[in-house]
Amino acid sequence: MSFFEIVFYAFSTLMVVSALGVVGAKNPVHSALFLVLTFFATSAIWLLLEAEFLAITLVLVYVGAVMVMFLFVVMMLDINIARMRAGVMRYAPFGVAIALLLIAQMVMIVGPEHFGLQAFALPQPHAADYSNTRELGLILYTDYVYAFELASVILLVAIVAAISLTLRRKANTRRQTPGQQMRVMKQDRLRIIKMKAEEKQ
Amino acid sequence: MIPLSSYLILGAIMFAISIAGIFINRKNVIVLLMCIELMLLAVNINFIAFSHFLGDSAGQIFVFFILTVAAAEAAIGLAILVVLFRNRQTINVTELNSMKG
Repeated sequence: MSFFEIVFYAFSTLMVVSALGVVGAKNPVHSALFLVLTFFATSAIWLLLEAEFLAITLVLVYVGAVMVMFLFVVMMLDINIARMRAGVMRYAPFGVAIALLLIAQMVMIVGPEHFGLQAFALPQPHAADYSNTRELGLILYTDYVYAFELASVILLVAIVAAISLTLRRKANTRRQTPGQQMRVMKQDRLRIIKMKAEEKQ
Repeated sequence: MIPLSSYLILGAIMFAISIAGIFINRKNVIVLLMCIELMLLAVNINFIAFSHFLGDSAGQIFVFFILTVAAAEAAIGLAILVVLFRNRQTINVTELNSMKG
């Protein structure tokens, strides 16, 4: 077994086991932590495929931001786990049967006889000074620049939607009303009275 | 060396596990969202494997956009979940039937 095969099989086993952990864990917090492990294993597999930029992005963006958000929400919500788990086993046989059927069908299609080494030869490994980030940047900012800008708009919409959904206006917050401030007249605020000058005592 | 079919079978197994997860955890919305993330990950493995074996970087660009959309989807989904829990004190899918006709 070559070094690449050892790495591939080790990390793909880790990935499948931790994905089973996501599905099967009783506590949603454990599910989220197993999902973090799955993302780490996946990024190792992507490094084998010479997609270094995306492997690092997966760890930074997914593990660093999205999964932390998941963990926050899971811990913030007070979930009754026992009631959630009731009746789980009723549908488990269905799920397992469908999963096995799906794996069998997919392996028939993408198995070694169609996508083996004869059909798709191993690509030439890149030189040591190859930069995956530079390669992606060269086509991302030329051929795919409109898609890139659309992606930024999608992220902006997501920010606005998430904030406006969860923003809670409290009843006793003191706030300015600019309309009322503009409409205020001189006589509302200022009173001029006439009086005699006072003598020094 | 590792052929393309190994990566594709790995992606297929991950996809099947996440479908089984949706069947098994169909009461818990948070785990359903996590299973959707797993599905997107399985698809991304296929994209990157093909991109590597065909020598075309466009597949990696596609994965980049999928990651963007998945992050946006997770943010909005979790925000909806928080509002839902605030209003109903539950995230059990079977109890969310107020729109039933």
